[in-house]
Parts: sequence; structure tokens; C-alpha cells
Amino acid sequence: MNVIELQNLHYRWHSQIRDTLAIANLHVAQGEHLFIKGASGSGKTTLLNLLAGILTPTSGSLSILGQALHSMGSSARDRFRADHMGVIFQQFNLLPYLSVLENVQLPCHFSTRRKQQAGNTLVEANRLLDHLGLDADLRNRSVTDLSVGQQQRVAVARALIGNPELIIADEPTSALDTDTRDGFLDLLFREAEAQGSTILFVSHDPHIASHFPRVVDLREVNQP
Amino acid sequence: MILLKLTLRSLWNRRASLLLTVFSIAISIALLLGVEYIRKEAKASFLSTISGTDLVVGARSGPVQLLLYSVFRIGNATNNISWQSYQEIIGNPLVEWSVPLSLGDSHKGYRVLGTNQDYFRYYRYGDKQLLDFSAGQPFAGVYDAVLGAEVARKLGYKLGDNIVLAHGTASASFALHADKPFHVVGILKPTGTPIDRTVHVTLEGIEAIHVDWVSGVQVPGYHISAEEAVQKNLRPKLITAFLVGLKNRAAAFRVQREINEYQREPLLAALPGVALADLWQAIGMFETVLRIISGFVVVAGLLGMLTILLSTLNERRREMAILRAVGAHPRQVFLLFVLEALVLVVLGCLAGVTLVYAALFAARPWVVAEYGFYLRTWIPDMPNVLMLAVVAGLALLFSLIPGAIAYRRSLQDGLTVRV
Repeated sequence: MNVIELQNLHYRWHSQIRDTLAIANLHVAQGEHLFIKGASGSGKTTLLNLLAGILTPTSGSLSILGQALHSMGSSARDRFRADHMGVIFQQFNLLPYLSVLENVQLPCHFSTRRKQQAGNTLVEANRLLDHLGLDADLRNRSVTDLSVGQQQRVAVARALIGNPELIIADEPTSALDTDTRDGFLDLLFREAEAQGSTILFVSHDPHIASHFPRVVDLREVNQP
Repeated sequence: MILLKLTLRSLWNRRASLLLTVFSIAISIALLLGVEYIRKEAKASFLSTISGTDLVVGARSGPVQLLLYSVFRIGNATNNISWQSYQEIIGNPLVEWSVPLSLGDSHKGYRVLGTNQDYFRYYRYGDKQLLDFSAGQPFAGVYDAVLGAEVARKLGYKLGDNIVLAHGTASASFALHADKPFHVVGILKPTGTPIDRTVHVTLEGIEAIHVDWVSGVQVPGYHISAEEAVQKNLRPKLITAFLVGLKNRAAAFRVQREINEYQREPLLAALPGVALADLWQAIGMFETVLRIISGFVVVAGLLGMLTILLSTLNERRREMAILRAVGAHPRQVFLLFVLEALVLVVLGCLAGVTLVYAALFAARPWVVAEYGFYLRTWIPDMPNVLMLAVVAGLALLFSLIPGAIAYRRSLQDGLTVRV
């Protein structure tokens, strides 16, 4: 079963004449970590919002884990995202008023499935942070005390908790320097592999592409 | 549950600026409740300006006017009552006691009331309280005077001081009864009623200062000294009004009718409770005005909250995107704002209630000393609870605006963190 299946997907913003996104075909198999290369304005953001179920395609089909996202209602899509996807942003991933550990456990409050899979969420959050190498004394601190690199690792732990099948990462390394970046990518891969999650990584940075088994240039697949 | 936790944590994180919002809501709530309290207390106090008196009797006019000049010392009587009629009416076996009142003179703007010792024996106010002396005792001699608390305090009188009464009630009266000064033998404790602003003298004293007066002027060349006057027959021929206490309150209507149908002269007997309520209705407009003003203050406080909520919308876009990413529905984002407003208004209400109690506690000793008025402990009643509920409802209504904006934005922005 493919994790992602796009077929004749079109998306057009209201009041626009041209499609922002038109992808004839895109399949991503499980464990086949995909790097999508796209500069800003290439429809990257729209694609991510479609995959996450925030937006619905204007036409065409979009299935994630065999579920037809395009025919679900908005509440069902939100639940689906909570259950099956972990999202990592470019930066500012964490709620400033929660501690590091609370941030990591956040998805379990919105998804019973992930809560069940995580078991004891506190133990699981600590386990993930152990694996990601975040010092124990930082975990009950405010997230604002953390460096950007540390914050991104916490974001990975949050995306991974409760074992979602799909990890969507939107330029998560753009705020990191090269050394930290490579370390971050290694960690992301190792942890995602460990629990069998598929990574969908979007970035404009071609240097990262070499880490991925499969690379797609959005300019080539997006033919509006 | 998680939403409430997020709301509380988020609020705590922004506590510095939100504290001010809570404070401004608290002040407006305190004002609203305080005004209600004062309104109720003022009404209760007003309605108990005179208590334990069954009938107020005066020359025929209206009950409210009668009450105004006889009890509140406002305005003047249209006519007097003859001593003879007075005696005849109180000869009724149903009458237990009576207090004659004679008005018309003043002292430095304060009304002078001529009466007898029964005044101190029977006149009751508030919760059926008798008058109490802070110094001295009731008058005994013709030229003795008992001062209300405010008169003594404002004019700085003490026992033994001499005062000169003025003819008429204008504060700048030139016709003085300078030849017959009165001396202060008693000072009353504050009552919170017009008694505080009254100079009490004997009926005989009123008679004595007028023995050589005719039609409001001193007769030229005709002078009777204070000592000589005492020797004269000082039984009053006229009084302004009188108070009646009955042996049986149930007889009030009967006696009232008898007085109103009195043949010798046109009289009016009024039930003080009814007349007071009528009067309160007439001057009670300010109640409504106060309520409207405090209502607007509350709205202003809530608008302050709305402003704060709206101003945080932009800086919280990131927060919304994160919540959306972990699976929050826009509905839940909307709820966050509603909950936030609810928490703020509940805190504001609690703080406001505390403020009212604190203010009452702080003001009580001062009010008792200054106005003789004991501020009762405030117990929130149903209308108060209802008011707070309306305020909370209004806050929720206001929170729909930022809530709706956040809802729409979180639909549009999705996972895009626009900062």
C-alpha cells in the first residue's frame, strides 16, 4: 500500500485563473522517504497543506494510507492528521507556554490512537528525547531556553510520538548550520526508520537531497 | 480538557498584560455591584428615615409634600394646625403617643424644629432605633436646644454654646431672634437622616421668640425680654404637623380616615411607609441613571478585554499553526479564545466581588462615624448573580469576534506559519 497517492490533482485558489498545483501522478511507498525540491512560489506550501488535509483538492484524488482524503469532511481530515501525521516546521515549532516534555506529548491530547500507541506518554516522550540526545535537565525547562537546534530536535520528538505513519517536514533545517543540519537529518532518519514512518521532506536546499533515496523536483511534477 | 489547560497556560504566559485586563474588569464589576449595593442601602435607609410612626398629620396638601416638610425638612407647610385640633385628635383612645412638630425658623441654614420631650421618647428611625445622644441630654428649659450631629460638627458647637435662631427658613435670613439666644444642652449621634441637620428646641421656645412678633416682623417699640417671655403663657396656638403612634397598627386606616374627614379644619393624615415609597419613586430616577452608567463602565471594561484579545491575534498565529499541525480543528482554536475570555471574566468577577467586600470593610468605620449609618455586610443576591451572568455572557459574546477571526485564519493559514 502506498503512503501517498496523487492522481490528477488540481488545486486552484479562489479568484485565480490558473491552477496553483496540477500533479498528474505521484506515489510514495512506505519507507520510501521522499525529498521534494521546490523554491518558494513553486506550490510547495499548497502541496503540504493538501497532504496534511488542511486544504482539499479542487479536483482529482488524494489518498494517504489508502484513505481518500479528498472525500473526507474537515473534521475527519483533522482527526486523520492528528492520528497519522507528524509535522515539523521550519522553526518556531513549540508552544512557548508549555515545557519541553509537554510540547512533545501535545499530539497525544488530540489523538487517542497516538496516545494508545505511545503508552505512557511521559515515558515515551522521555525515551524519544533520550534518543534525540536532548539533555535531561532541559526537559522541564521553558522552550525559550533552548537553542534552535535543540528546539528542532524536540519538534522531531513531537512529530514521532505515538508512531504516526507519515512525517511531514517543511524546511526543518533552514534555521540550522551545516553541521547541526547533518546531525539533525541523521537523527530524523534513524528515528523514523526505527518506527517505520515515512518522511516527506520539503526544501529548496539541494544539498539535503543526497540524504534521500528518492528526490522529486516540484517544478517537474507540477504542470499547471 | 487539553483546551482548558492550554488556555490557562497561555494566559499565565501572558499574565503581565492580562492582569491589567482582569483588573479593569474587576473595577467595572465592583462598580456595578457597588452601585447596586448603595442603591439598595440608600433605598432601605431612605425608607427607614422614619419608622415606628403610624401616621404623619399636617394641613391638607399631598402626602409626599407633607412628608417632605415634616420629616425631610424640605419646603414649607401650606398651613398650620391649631393646637385645639391637635389635642382633640390625640384624645382618640386609639392613639398611644404623639409628637408635635413646629417648623418655620432656621439657624445658619439648618431647620429648627420645635417639639417636646416626647420626640426623644417616641421618634424612631432605621430599624426602629430611638435617638441617641453623643453628649448632653434632651432639652428641659424654654431656651434649651438639642443639635443634630451634622449641625454640631459643621458649625463646631459644643454643649453650653449659645445659638441665635433666625426667622424664616432662608439661609441668609436677616430677621434674627437675637434677643433670645438658645443654649446647647444636647448633641445627637449621627442617624443618617435629616435629623442630623436639625436644631431641636421646645415648642415653648418657638412660642417665646415670637411673643413680640406679628406677621413675621418684630413689632417696633414693643419688646419683651427673654426673662419676661418665660413668664407669659407659652402654650402654642399653632403647630405645623404631628406624628402619631397607635396602640394597634391595624387601626391606622381607620384613624387616617377619621383625621381626613375631620370637620374643624382640613387635615391630611399620611401613612409614612406609603408616602416614603411614593417619594422614592418620584426621586428614584437616579437609580436608573446609576445603573445605566455602571452598565456602560462594564461594557468599557469588556471592550478593553476584547482589544487585548484582538491585539494578540497576530502574535498567536504561530501557536494556531502548531495546534492545527497536531490535529486541532479550527473549532478548537475558536474555543481557545472563548475559554480565554471566560477565564478572564470569571477572574475579573471574583476580583470585583473581593473589591466590593474590601471597600465595604474599609469604609464601614468611617461611614458609621461620619453618617451614623452602618453598612451591612453585602450578601450577593439573585439579581447580583444574574448581573454577573449577564457580564460573563457579554464577555463570551465579545470573544466570538477574535474567535471567529482565529477560526478563519487557521482555516486559511493551515500549516503555514506566517509571522
